[in-house]
Amino acid sequence: MNYNVAIRNNQSIPLKDIPEQSYHTFLESNISLLKDRDDRHCVNYFGYGIGESVKLFCCIADDSMHLIYVSSCIVNKGATLNSFAKHNFAFEKFEREINENFGVKYTDHPWFKPVRYAHNRIEKSKVMDNYPFYGVESEELHEVGVGPVHAGVIEPGHFRFICNGEQIMHLEIQLGYQHRGIEQLFLQKKSLIERTILAESIAGDTTVGHTTAFANLWESLSDYQADKDLQFTRTLALELERIAIHTGDLSALCTDIAYQLGSSVFGRLRTPIINYMQEWCGNRLAKSLIRVGKTNFPYTEYHANRLNEVFAAYEPDFNEMITKLFKLPSALSRFERTGVVTHEEVKLIGTVGMAARMSGLNRDIRLSHPHNLYSTINHEPIIKNHGDVYSRTQIRKEEVKQSIGYVKTLINDIPTFTSISEPELTPKPEMFALSLVEGWRGEICHCAITNAKGELALYKIKDPSFHNWLALAQSVRNNEISDFPICNKSFNLSYCGHDL
Amino acid sequence: MFDNLKILYHQGKQFIPNVKTVEVPGIFRGRPVISNAKVDEQALKAVCPLGAIDVNPVRLNLGKCNFCGECAFKFQSKIEFTKDYKISSNKPEGLIVTEGEDKPIILDESLIRPEIRKLFSGSLKLRQVSAAGDNSCELELNASGNVQFDMGRFGIEFVASPRHADGVVITGPISQNMAAALQITYDAIPEPKIIILAGVDAISGGIFANSPALDRSFIDRYKPDLYIPGNPVHPLTFINGVLCLLGK
Repeated sequence: MNYNVAIRNNQSIPLKDIPEQSYHTFLESNISLLKDRDDRHCVNYFGYGIGESVKLFCCIADDSMHLIYVSSCIVNKGATLNSFAKHNFAFEKFEREINENFGVKYTDHPWFKPVRYAHNRIEKSKVMDNYPFYGVESEELHEVGVGPVHAGVIEPGHFRFICNGEQIMHLEIQLGYQHRGIEQLFLQKKSLIERTILAESIAGDTTVGHTTAFANLWESLSDYQADKDLQFTRTLALELERIAIHTGDLSALCTDIAYQLGSSVFGRLRTPIINYMQEWCGNRLAKSLIRVGKTNFPYTEYHANRLNEVFAAYEPDFNEMITKLFKLPSALSRFERTGVVTHEEVKLIGTVGMAARMSGLNRDIRLSHPHNLYSTINHEPIIKNHGDVYSRTQIRKEEVKQSIGYVKTLINDIPTFTSISEPELTPKPEMFALSLVEGWRGEICHCAITNAKGELALYKIKDPSFHNWLALAQSVRNNEISDFPICNKSFNLSYCGHDL
Repeated sequence: MFDNLKILYHQGKQFIPNVKTVEVPGIFRGRPVISNAKVDEQALKAVCPLGAIDVNPVRLNLGKCNFCGECAFKFQSKIEFTKDYKISSNKPEGLIVTEGEDKPIILDESLIRPEIRKLFSGSLKLRQVSAAGDNSCELELNASGNVQFDMGRFGIEFVASPRHADGVVITGPISQNMAAALQITYDAIPEPKIIILAGVDAISGGIFANSPALDRSFIDRYKPDLYIPGNPVHPLTFINGVLCLLGK
C-alpha cells in the first residue's frame, strides 16, 4: 500500500492521486519517513477546510532523491489528536497553525501556543494581549519586554526575555502583528495580476523569491512550460536579490557592533545592486519584474554590459571591506561564539536556508530540488559548522561572491526574449501543486489546490522564517542581552512573511 | 589605520549633492502623464489591479497606484510614467493625475499647519511605525538615511522613542493586530505632531484594501499631513516630500 505519492518540485498532480490515510497511519508513516534521515524534512503541513472536516496535507522533501512525498488525512474540525511534534519537534509550528485555523487540538503537543492570531482564527477570544508567555517565578530573575514597535525602522514583533542579570535564560517571540490575511486574499482576488501583486507583497524584501514561487506554481497548475527567457529572468533576479540583501545584512551586522566604517560601506554597496534592478525593471526591489508566463522587461546585451560595469566597481570595494572586517579583532570577538545554535538543535527545530547551513545542515533547494535554471548551475551550498553569528556572517560573505560568479555565467548566455505577451492560462481542476524556491533567506514553499471548476480553493504560503524564528530564540540563550540585536540581525527573519 | 584610510579613499564621494534635481538611473516609474489619445476607457480601467484608474476624464490616483506599469504597457499611447519622483501631496485629491495635464505634483500651501514650519524646519525627528508593511518601504526609508541619500543633512532623522519624535511615519495597510500599537505610539508623541503616510499600502490599503484583517480607523480619526506614494516609496520621493512640507 502506498502511504504517499512522490512528486517533483513544481509538479502538479490530481488531488485524487494523493493517498488518504487514517490519522494513525498518517502520523506513523510520516514520522517514520523522517526518522534518522537528515536529508528529509517537512516542507509544508497544513489543513484544507471542507465543511465540518479538515483535510491535512503533509509534504516531506527528500533531498537525496529530489522528491517530495505528499500524503493526506481527513479529520473533524475540533478533533483531539496525538501530535506529530511529540515525535518530531519540527512539526510544532505547523500543528499550532492547524489548531489556530481549524480548532484541532493535540493531547501531547510540547509547545501549544498561538501562531499569528489570524483574522479567521477559530477562537476569537484569543487576542494579541493575552498571549500565554512562558513565565518563571523567581526573586532573582527579571523579564524584559521589547516591541512590537522596535528602535529602528523595522517590522513589528514582541520579544519577551527572561534574564538573570545581563544573561538571557529564555526568549519567547510573539508574532502576528503583520497579519494581513494574504492567503484568504489569494482566493478573493480573481485576476492573475492581482494575485501576482499579492505574491510580491508577501515579503517585500523577498519580492523575487515569493513571486518566483507563485509564477512557477501557477504555470505548473496551468500545464504551461515557461520558456528559457523566463527561467533566465527568475534565476538571475533571485541571485541579484541575494547579493543585494546579503550586502545590506553585512551593513546591519556592522551597525550592531558599532563598526561605523563597515556599516556605511556595505550600506552604500547595496545601492548599485538595487539601482541596477531599477535599471532593469523600474523598481529597486524588483517589484513588477516577475510575471506569470511573460516578462515586461526583456534582458539584453546592454543590460549584461551594465551589470558587468556594476560588478567591476562593486567587487574591489566589497572585497577590500570584507577582508578588513574579517581581520578586525574587535569585530571578530563580537561575532565568534555569539548566538550559537548547534547542529543537533537546528535538526530538531528543522531550520532551513542560511539558518541550517550555518550549523552543518545541508539544506539548499537550489541543489536538492532545483527550479528554473539551477539544474544547469553546478551549485555547491556554502556550509559552516559553528552555528554562531560568525558562521552566519561568513555565509553571507561567501554567498555574495558565489552569486556574483553565477550571475556572470548566466549573462554570458542570454536567451532570446519571446515571452512578452500574456498567454491564456487556465488552471486545471482538482489539482494539487507545490513549488519550492531557495530565496536569500532559505526555502520558500507555496502550495495550491483547485476546485472542480479550476478555481483556486486553497493557497498556502510558507516563508523560511516560519521555521527559523525558533532558532533565533534558541540562539540567544545564555548570551548577554546586549548581544540580542546582533543575533537578530544575523538571522534577519521576516515578520510579514511569517504573519502573512 | 592605513587600511581604513585606503577604504575611505576608495569610496570616493558617495553622497548625492542635490537630492532635488538628481536624475534617477534607468527606467524609474514616477509621476505618470496621461495623454488625450482615445482608447477603450473601460478596458483601461479594468487593466489596473488596484482600481487606481477612473474614467471620464481618465484619472490615475497615485494613492492607489502600485506603479506596476501594467496600464502603460498595455496602453502605451495613453499612459507614460516619467522619471519625476516628486509625487507627494498633503491632500488625497493632490495625488490624482488627470488626462491632458502634465504638471508637477505640489503641496497645497494653505493646508500646511503654521506650527509645522515654525517648529520643525530646522530639525524633524520621526518615529516610523510599520503597521503590516511588507518591509519594502521600511528598507527604502532606511536607505533615505544612508550615506548616499543622507537626509540627515536636512535635520531629518528617524528616532527610537516616540517621546523624542515630532511625528509618525506609517507604512503598511494597518492590520487589526497592529492598530493598538500604532495608537499607543502616536499618543506617546508630544504635541504638535505630524502624520506621514508612506507607500500605497498606508495611503489606501493597496492590494490589501478590502482585507478583513485590517483596521484602518486610525486614518479616519486623524488627518495625515503628507501622503507619499510608491510601492515602495523611493528615498528621493520621501526626502523631497518631507522637504516640501517643511518649506525647505
